[in-house]
Amino acid sequence: MLKTFFIGVVLGLVAAAGALYAVPAVDQVREASVVLVAPNGGNFESFHANIPMDRVMVGAAGQEQPLPPGLDWPVDEALAGVRTEVFKIRNARDAVVGVAVRTAAQREDENVIDWVLHLPARGSMFVTMDALPQEGGHRLGEIRDGSREFAPLSGFVSERWVADTSGEEDAPLGRIELTATYVGQLEPLDPPESVE
Amino acid sequence: MKYVVALILGLVTGAALFALGLLYNPFVADRSLSPLSVTRAETIALNFSPVPSESIVFTNDGEKIHAPNPEKVLQLWEAPIRRTSAMVSLMRDARGESAGVGIKFSSTSERTRLFSGKALTDSVWYIYLPERGSMFIQQTENYWQFLRQVAFPAWRSSGNNWRGTWLGNLTSGPNALGTARVVGGSGSFRGLEMEAVESLTVDAFSADVGFVAADGQLIIALPMQPMSEQPD
Repeated sequence: MLKTFFIGVVLGLVAAAGALYAVPAVDQVREASVVLVAPNGGNFESFHANIPMDRVMVGAAGQEQPLPPGLDWPVDEALAGVRTEVFKIRNARDAVVGVAVRTAAQREDENVIDWVLHLPARGSMFVTMDALPQEGGHRLGEIRDGSREFAPLSGFVSERWVADTSGEEDAPLGRIELTATYVGQLEPLDPPESVE
Repeated sequence: MKYVVALILGLVTGAALFALGLLYNPFVADRSLSPLSVTRAETIALNFSPVPSESIVFTNDGEKIHAPNPEKVLQLWEAPIRRTSAMVSLMRDARGESAGVGIKFSSTSERTRLFSGKALTDSVWYIYLPERGSMFIQQTENYWQFLRQVAFPAWRSSGNNWRGTWLGNLTSGPNALGTARVVGGSGSFRGLEMEAVESLTVDAFSADVGFVAADGQLIIALPMQPMSEQPD
């Protein structure tokens, strides 16, 4: 019987090790990416946040109705001109795929508008926007850095407000639309094999 | 019948022995020394509280041990973001004065390998310091030593809590020396590429509610000046 017990111990060790090796400890749910090919090269992808449903936080001084309710935004002179908003972000199919932060700040020498988009299964990107909007009201920005899937990419992001015109009762007020245009790094082609 | 019982007992014992071996594996390195502790570059120290109730906003799917704060904050319950948390925190300088605001998004990493002591989290920080500018930090964090030395003892204790002093570096990449990658966005950080290390000091932890007394710190190393620009 003791022999059976020790066989069980070995089997238990092997089974636990095998299970830990074979079964992933973390398996992020990934929505299929909706990336389209741009006609002039590169790819583009659209994200949006429905307002007000996807707004997690509005951090700014002197709000009468803070979001979330009970928010205690620091009363600090240094943060007087800073507005930080956190959103859930959706893909073109209106499925939530990540979270994002938008910060707008007034500085003496420049105005800052930055976005960070975090898509758990794919990576994150950091975008700095132009302070002044373009004609038509949209704003352009540059992808400054990215992690994991976005690490080798550079490109641009446009931001615009799209008001809802559906007139439906439970429709959002509108959405903040972000369109990312990705340009991959040029990779040298393999040298052609010499023909002997 | 007794052979079946002996086999089942053996299986359970084997699995338990494996779990113990995993927790007390001496071959998993404990990186307690920060690679930036010996840097000659100028550094910025930013302190924050990782305790959810002390942060400005903390949210997750509402089912983890750390409860969202404030209570009515929108929760991240959708499947693609269920393993993600968002924290907005006041960042303090080395003198304890407010220096700016930091937002951290953390997601458990699919590269987690408990077999080799990697309980990984992919996280990014966006930090805005009104006097200096903005920056983006991307890092991989390894919570294995924290789980081993704080969370597991807390879970094992009769009161479900742990008290003591634990100090550890969480950052384990993506840079070669195990530091985080930092890119400046605006102000004096514009265009700079830097590196950083996030560390955690825990004084009290509860297996029921998470951090009770803890401090977090980000050390950011600014780029070294070229030798020709350094004062004699």
